[in-house]
This record gives sequence, C-alpha cells and structure tokens, in this order.
Amino acid sequence: MFGAVNALGEALVCQALHRGVKTQQRRREGPAAALLWQKPRSAAQQRHSVTAILSKMAGADGDDSLYPIAVLIDELRNEDVQLRLNSIKKLSTIALALGVERTRTELLPFLTDTIYDEDEVLLALAEQLGNFTMLVGGPEYVHCLLPPLESLATVEETVVRDKAVESLRKISQEHSPVDLEVHFEPLVKRLASGDWFTSRTSACGLFSVCYPRVSSTVKAEIRQHFRTLCSDDTPMVRRAAASKLGEFAKVLELDYVKSDIISLFTALASDEQDSVRLLAVEACVSIATLLPQEDLETLVMPTLRQAAEDKSWRVRYMVADKFSELQKAVGPEITKNDLVPAFQNLLKDCEAEVRAAAANKVKEFCENLPEDSREQIIMTHILPCVKELVSDTNQHVKSALASVIMGLSTILGKDNTIEHLLPLFLAQLKDECPEVRLNIISNLDCVNEVIGIRQLSQSLLPAIVELAEDAKWRVRLAIIEYMPLLAGQLGVEFFDEKLNTLCMAWLIDHVYAIREAATCNLMKLVEKFGAEWAQNTIVPKVLGMANDPNYLHRMTTLFCINALSEACGQDITTKQMLPVVLKMSNDQVANVRFNVAKSLQKIGPVLDSNALQTEVKPVLEKLATDTDMDVKYFAQEAISVLALA
Amino acid sequence: MSAISASEKVDGFTRKSMRKAQKQRKSQGSSQYRTQSAPVELSPLPQLKDAPSTEQQELFTQKLQQCCMLFDFLDSVTDLKSKEIKRATLNELVDYVSTNRGVLVETAYPEITDMICTNIFRTLPPSENPDFDPEEDEPTLEASWPHIQLVYEFLLRFLENPDFQPSIAKRYIDQKFVLQLLELFDSEDPRERDFLKTILHRIYGKFLGLRAFIRKQINNIFLRFIYETEHFNGVAELLEILGSIINGFALPLKAEHKQFLMKVLIPLHTAKALSLFHAQLAYCVVQFLEKDPTLTEPVIRGLLKFWPKTCSQKEVMFLGEIEEILDVIEPTQFKKIQEPLFKQISKCVANPHFQVAERALYFWNNEYILSLIEENIDKILPIMFGSLYRISKEHWNPTIVALVYNVLKTLMEMNCTLFDELTSSYKADRQREKKKEQERDELWKQLEELRLSNPTLVQNNCHGLPKNNNDLNLMFPIVLHLDKLNSYLKMSIF
Repeated sequence: MFGAVNALGEALVCQALHRGVKTQQRRREGPAAALLWQKPRSAAQQRHSVTAILSKMAGADGDDSLYPIAVLIDELRNEDVQLRLNSIKKLSTIALALGVERTRTELLPFLTDTIYDEDEVLLALAEQLGNFTMLVGGPEYVHCLLPPLESLATVEETVVRDKAVESLRKISQEHSPVDLEVHFEPLVKRLASGDWFTSRTSACGLFSVCYPRVSSTVKAEIRQHFRTLCSDDTPMVRRAAASKLGEFAKVLELDYVKSDIISLFTALASDEQDSVRLLAVEACVSIATLLPQEDLETLVMPTLRQAAEDKSWRVRYMVADKFSELQKAVGPEITKNDLVPAFQNLLKDCEAEVRAAAANKVKEFCENLPEDSREQIIMTHILPCVKELVSDTNQHVKSALASVIMGLSTILGKDNTIEHLLPLFLAQLKDECPEVRLNIISNLDCVNEVIGIRQLSQSLLPAIVELAEDAKWRVRLAIIEYMPLLAGQLGVEFFDEKLNTLCMAWLIDHVYAIREAATCNLMKLVEKFGAEWAQNTIVPKVLGMANDPNYLHRMTTLFCINALSEACGQDITTKQMLPVVLKMSNDQVANVRFNVAKSLQKIGPVLDSNALQTEVKPVLEKLATDTDMDVKYFAQEAISVLALA
Repeated sequence: MSAISASEKVDGFTRKSMRKAQKQRKSQGSSQYRTQSAPVELSPLPQLKDAPSTEQQELFTQKLQQCCMLFDFLDSVTDLKSKEIKRATLNELVDYVSTNRGVLVETAYPEITDMICTNIFRTLPPSENPDFDPEEDEPTLEASWPHIQLVYEFLLRFLENPDFQPSIAKRYIDQKFVLQLLELFDSEDPRERDFLKTILHRIYGKFLGLRAFIRKQINNIFLRFIYETEHFNGVAELLEILGSIINGFALPLKAEHKQFLMKVLIPLHTAKALSLFHAQLAYCVVQFLEKDPTLTEPVIRGLLKFWPKTCSQKEVMFLGEIEEILDVIEPTQFKKIQEPLFKQISKCVANPHFQVAERALYFWNNEYILSLIEENIDKILPIMFGSLYRISKEHWNPTIVALVYNVLKTLMEMNCTLFDELTSSYKADRQREKKKEQERDELWKQLEELRLSNPTLVQNNCHGLPKNNNDLNLMFPIVLHLDKLNSYLKMSIF
C-alpha cells in the first residue's frame, strides 16, 4: 500500500515533467500553439482525478510526501505567473524530494526548456540555481547546472542576466579545476562569441572567476576573449567589459597587467562613448593599485590626466567621485604633483554636478595628503577654491561642501580654523538654503573639539531659530534631531536661555511628525540634563498643556508623559504627572480618553503598587465601561498588562 | 524669510501645480568644457552679396570661421555685440547656401562641416531636474538656441542644396559625425530634437553607406534606454524616422529587421515613459505587420508578455495598439492568436479601472474586428462570456455596465445557442473554478505541512543551501529517506 501511493505520486511527477517538456516543444514549434492553450485545462482535470484517488489512499496510509511535489511541478506550468513563481521558489524542495539523480536527469532538462517564461520567474530560477550544487549531487555534478544558467545568461532582461551571472560565479567556485576547463570555460567562450549582445555582456563577468584556476593555454584564450570584447562594436558589451576590467586585472599576472590590461584600459578610456570612458575611471583605481609605483607615471597617469579633463562632464564627475580612491592608489608623490591641480580644476568645474562631487571629497582628500606638505597644500591650493564654493550659485554644491567643511578644522588646527575656516562656517550658517545650514549644524561636533562652540554661538542661534521655523516640516524635523547634540555642546545655561522656548513650541506644531519628534527630543534632553532640570523647566509647561482647548495639544501632554516618565523617575511621575493623567480620563474627547488608558499602561511600571491599586485601577475600571469601544479596548488592555484585574 | 501660509505649514507639500507655476521657464547652457579662452570680439565682415564673385568664396570661408567662435549665453550681458554679429552672419550664411547655386565647391565642405561640428556637437549638460517628468514639467531650453538654431538651419539647407554631393561630403559626414548627432537627440529642448529629426532623415536618405550604421546605432540607443538608463529624450523622434525607414524596407524582410522588431521595438513597450512615444512606436509596429503579416503572431505574443500589470494608462495604450494591429490583421493570422489575445481582452474588460474596461469594450464598435469575432464566435464567446457576465452585474461604473450589455447583446446575436449554453452553465463553471481554487490552497497548505514536519526543508528554503559539511550531515537523512522511497517505487507497478 505504502509503495503504491508513492508510485502514484511518482508517476504523477514523471507525467508532469514529461508533459512539460512536450508542451515546451510544441510551443517552440509554433503552428500547434493553439494546443498549448487547452493544456492547462486538461492538466487540471487530470490533477483533479488524481487528487481524488490520492486523498483516498493517503487517508488509508498517511504518507503522501511526493504528491505535493507533483503539484509543484504541475504549477510550474500554470497559466498564472504568481503560481509559477511560487512553485519556482520551492524548487529546492522539489529537487530534494526527487533526489540528486532525477534532479539531474529530469528536473534540470525540464527547467532548461522552461526558459521562455516571464522575467520574474526567470529571475527566481536564476537565483535558485546558484544554490543547487548539493541538490544535484555535490561539486562532482555541479556542471549539470550550467545549461539552464547559460540560457538564462542570454535573456534580454538585465536583472535576470545579472542574477544568472551571479549564480554562475558562485558555482564556478564549486567546480574542480578539470571541470572548470572541460565544462565552465567552454561555456564562457560560447557566451563570449554569442551573436546577440546579451550573451557577450554576460561573458564579461565570468572571465575573472575562472582565470586563476585554469592552465596557461586556456588562460591565454581567456585573455584573448576579453580583449575581443573590450573592442566589441556594441557599446553595451564594451561597457560590461570596462566595468569588469579592474576585477579582471586583479587576477592577472603582473606582466599581463602591463602588457594587456594597460592597452585595453587606454583604449576604453578614450572610447567614443562617454558611458564607456567613465567606467574606465573605476578600473583605474584597481589597476593603479596593482602596479609598482615606478610604472604608474608612464602607464596610468596619462590616461588619468586625460579623464580629469574629459570633455564629458560625466567622466569628470566620475573622477571627482572616485578621487579619494584614486589618491590612495597613486600614492603621495603623484598626488602632490598631479592630483592637487586636477582636484582644483574639478572644484572649479563648469558643471555643478562635478563641483558637488568634488566638494564632497574635500575633507577626505585633505586628510590623505602627505603629512609633510599637507598644511601648505591646503592653505595655498585647496582653501582658495573652497572659499569660492561657499558662495557657489548652486545649492547642491554648497550643501555638499557644508557636509564636509567642518572636518577641515581638525586637520588645520585651532589657529587656522579661527582665522580661515570660521568666516566660511559663519557664511554658510547664513546661507539661503536650509540644507546648507543644516549640514553645518549637524557637523558642529568637529569644530567643538577644535575651537569650542562658543565661537559660533552668536551666529548659531539665528540660524537655528530660522531652521526651527522653516516652512518645510522636514527641515524642522531635521533640526529637532540635532537638538540633543547641540544642547550637550552648548551647555544647559545657554540652552535654557535660548533654545528651550523653541523646544516647547515644537510641541504644538501643526505637523504630527514634528510633535512626535519634539516629544522624543524632550526625553533625550532630560536624559542629558537630569530629572531635576526636567522638573523645573519642562514638566510644568508640559502639564500646563493638559488644559489646552485643543485636544491635539492635550494628547501631546500624554505623549510627553509617556516619553518622560522613565527618565524623570518615580517621584516626579507619581506626584506630578499621574494626577494630570487621571484627571484627563474625564476628557470629553474619546481619543484623549483612550490615550489616557495607553499612558497609564505605559507609566504603570514606573509607579509603585500602592498608586497602581488605589489610583490607577479605579480609573481604568471606569474607562473599561466607557461608551466608546476604543476606550474600552485600551482600558482593558492596560488592566491586563498591568495585572490589575 | 517670506511669510508662510498656514496651509503650507500644515503639510509642507505645496501642490505640484503651484510649485510649477512659480518656476519660470528655464534655459541652460551647453556643457562646453571651456578650454577655449575668453571669446575674442568679432568684427563685422562685408556682406557676401556685395563682394565681387571672385572674392565671394574667400569671404564665405572667413565667415564660416568667424562662426566657430562660441559664446556664453547664460551670461546675457557679455559679448552682446559679437553675439549679434555672429547671429547676423549665420543668417546670411543660411541665406547664401539656400538661394545661390554653385557655392558648394569642394574646398568649402571641410570648412562647412567644421563650423557645424564646433557649434552643435557638445556634451549635453546634466538635467537641472533629475526627476524630470516630460509630461508635467517644462523642458529646460537650450540657452544658446539663437545661434544653434541658425546652425541647424544652415546644416539643413546645406544638405538640401541641389549642388550637394554626398560623394564629397561623406568624407566629413561620417560615422563619427552621425554618432555625435545621435547623442544630441537626448537634448531636453524639443526644438533641437525636431531639427535633428529632419537632419538625420536627410542624411539617411542621401548617404547610402551610412544607413546600416545609423540603424545599428539607433538600436544601441534603444537597448540602452530599455535595459540600462531608462532615460533618453529623443526616443519619439528616432521612432518617427524609423517609421519612414521601415516603410521603405524591401520584401522579404531581412532577418536583421525582424530582429529589430522583436528584440528592440517590442521590449520598448516596457518603458515607464511609454506615453511619450507610444504613437510613433505603434506606427512602426503596424508598418512591420503591413509589410509582413506572418509577424503578427510573435508581435502579439510579445505584447501579451509585456502587458502592463499595474499601470492602467499603459494598459489603455496597449489596447489602442492592439486595435491598430487588428485593423490590419489577416483573418488567418487572427485565428492563430485569437485565444491568448481574447483571454487578455477579457481580463481588460473586467478591469476595475473604467478607462481600461471602456477601451477594451470599444473594440466592439469596430466593424472589422466585429467581423473577425463573428467568424470565430465559437472560440471567442466562451473566453469572453465569464468576464462580461460577471461585469454586467458587478462593475461600479454605469457606463461600463451599459457597454457590456451592448456587447453581450451583439455576441448573443452572433451565436444564440452557444450563448444560452454558456448562460446556463455559468453557475456550475464558477463553482468548479472555486473548488479548484480551494483545492490549490489545500495543496499549498499540505506542502507547508510537509516542510514544517521536515526541518531540513524549512532551513533549506529560508537560507539557501547549507555550505559546510556539518549542515550537510543534517541534510542527508531526508535525501536518503527519499532515495529509499525511490527504490520502493522502482519495484512497484510503475
């Protein structure tokens, strides 16, 4: 009996697989396409009858483990994409149930034939196959996975192809050196010489994973293929090759880097399409790292210089964006002689995009300058450019600069900061664009370490006040988030005097997110300044809002209490906050009442059991009989959480 | 700081239209990398028409060279005088090549192309507005248009001059020239793209040797647009040119052209900004089908594959294109594709978005489509019936319900008996479907249980395959267990 049930399941699996293959063939043959349409119906009917038999037999026996597998396989061909997708995602289950041999001989051929499907299904398939090594019987058989992945690596959709390449790269590591040459490398070759550009693009990502582990003749072939693809006449392929150039260079022997890679690099860096040239800049970093210092000047620098002055802003942008990496790769001497002037030019570029990318790198670039001449270079070459950027016409440039400029103070020391940088900080604090001001304020800690924040406080205050009242709530939100940091640096006195009113004003902002952030801000301030400070400055004001005519403000009181009770401690909570909360349980707005219940639940743990029993419990019990169902719900929840029942 | 209105303070999101209104029509300069030193002031040359004919050629050359000077148009106050001189000179040059005969001597070609290249070929500047929505936003206009326009005008007149000799010009108007020209199609300025369109079309017409190259490069631009950047401003213009190119293809179509249709034009339908070039795209597709009707099946299957799943606007466009295709379809081709196609149409008819439903139902107003449906009513009615019947009772939009009634009536008149059969079996069919659905749920549940009862499988599905040997040991028991099952099976009836 046991065998019979499974035989049935098994037969179904078989049937499903073979039916699938046949259908695929039909589909490709074309003329009989109409048949394909009738297929799911008959499949469903078949399944239906089998279901009936199976469920009967399973009932008698109880083991029907293979049956769902048959269903999965059947679902792989369902008309509904979602069902096919679900099934593909369970592919490892199917394979595990089939066993390694049948996975190899039946499932994989079936899947290889499935490659006509929707991209979404193919993507899932490509991903699954990368993890399939054990399911086909371990590294010895891993090459069985190559045919389906090869087909996937040629489809049009980039996402699918990339995933297939990723999986191929993964399983390449599981190939033995022999298998790599017998199975994997021929696949790479086939892809590299495919008719349509998609397969050649995919090939570009596979060279570097097989190169280190094959014989020298095969290595020579691989290099040749890579060379060919670098001068492919489809720009898509050249782009793919250029983006893998650095990676490929890393696995090559140094001699070949010098002889092969450099010429490819030079060619790609002067490609007619800027989209190819800019990728060469990325490769430049890896290549420069590989070469000995003495070769850099002749082999890399001419190309790099040319890229930094490319007529396309995209290429110059890329140079700016990769500047720190380039700087590290070429070393201090070349940096001093070549990169400093190049960097100056990028900071003065005619395109704002390029200036912004360069401005972003100012701090990192200065930090990595050789120590002996760092200060001199910054003062004479970089700072003048930075000064100009402070009054740039483009706000993104200014804002990029503002996010790093404060970092210069640690590099330049106290005196230089006061003399040269401070005026720039102050100018940026008054900038018309809130983002610039915000970026300065958010990095105040760097300056604080060097010169102390007092130097700035006179200008700081108006800037903060203005941001605090900005029309865009996201700006207000951002400045609130810096309040605890500012408070820490400016000290309690300054804070009470100037900023406290702002923090309280945010509590009655029109936007909920601001009120919420303000509440959270109060909590952090109390953590910083202590409970006593809270009792004197914050708590009275917060509690005062409990009588506000606007119910949103009354609720803010509750939210504040939720946030503050823990930081303020039992004493303040019991004596000052609790009475207010309890009183609010009579509020006429239901939202306030159920928030009272929630607050009580929140502050309960801070209170002692006496207060809980004598004060909280009666109120919650009363709320639990409220006419509003939400109030009831939350009161009951509080009662059960606080274990007052 | 400006006063902030209360409403603005509330959400901070001013309505898009309001923000738009505040913005002025912006213009931007070309991204010339200014290696060129500051422009030298131009001094006016004598008029060409006043010069004696012996000196005209020399003067023409001088004027062309003068026009190679570039000016900064973002700065509206500098070089005013020189800018005006260049403008006047360009005007004169345009006039000169369009009205005079015999001015295009061989030596003039390099000078002419040099002037054109210097002026128009430039790296387009970064878009001011990174999330530029071509449907909503005003395009950023080219600041140096006062000059560039005249240069384009000049190029066009040059190409159209009766004395123009492609055999000489091909030395200058070569692949590199075309490539740079194609890159300019990404310009945000519609005026520029319009000129480029006409110019490229002329070049395609006059330079036979460049045709294949132009087609291939357009191919590359489209593929990059589809699979890499999703951004290119000139797709519509390029498609317009292709429309007329396809029109001129010889029969039978070459494999290259068919590949272009299936691998480029059909995937172009997946673009997010389809609405910007759909009309041109559909025109190209229909052109292909008129040339070679046997392409109908793969094309429609391709469209069905990329049928929009969430974007109703695009779905309406797809339906429009399908109708255009059906307008020219041959009845034999229709038979091949009717079932998958009408399955999709039946889904569209039942779409809760009334515009989609409405667009699909409009098919029944088309006489030719009606005749095709009538011919194949036995196949189509069973597909359509379920959706139509359901929608006639359920759709929220009364217009749709009314349309559906009309369609049902038309279909009933086509085959009354079948209609009655379907009506009477409707309920049973629905129940059968429901049951099937339940069964499927049941099976998935069983599968979940199977996985839950087997921790290895669960682990396997959550984290991919175990990598090290310890995990492997965990996995083997189940494999062995199933292997044992397999050996049972081999002995059994199967």
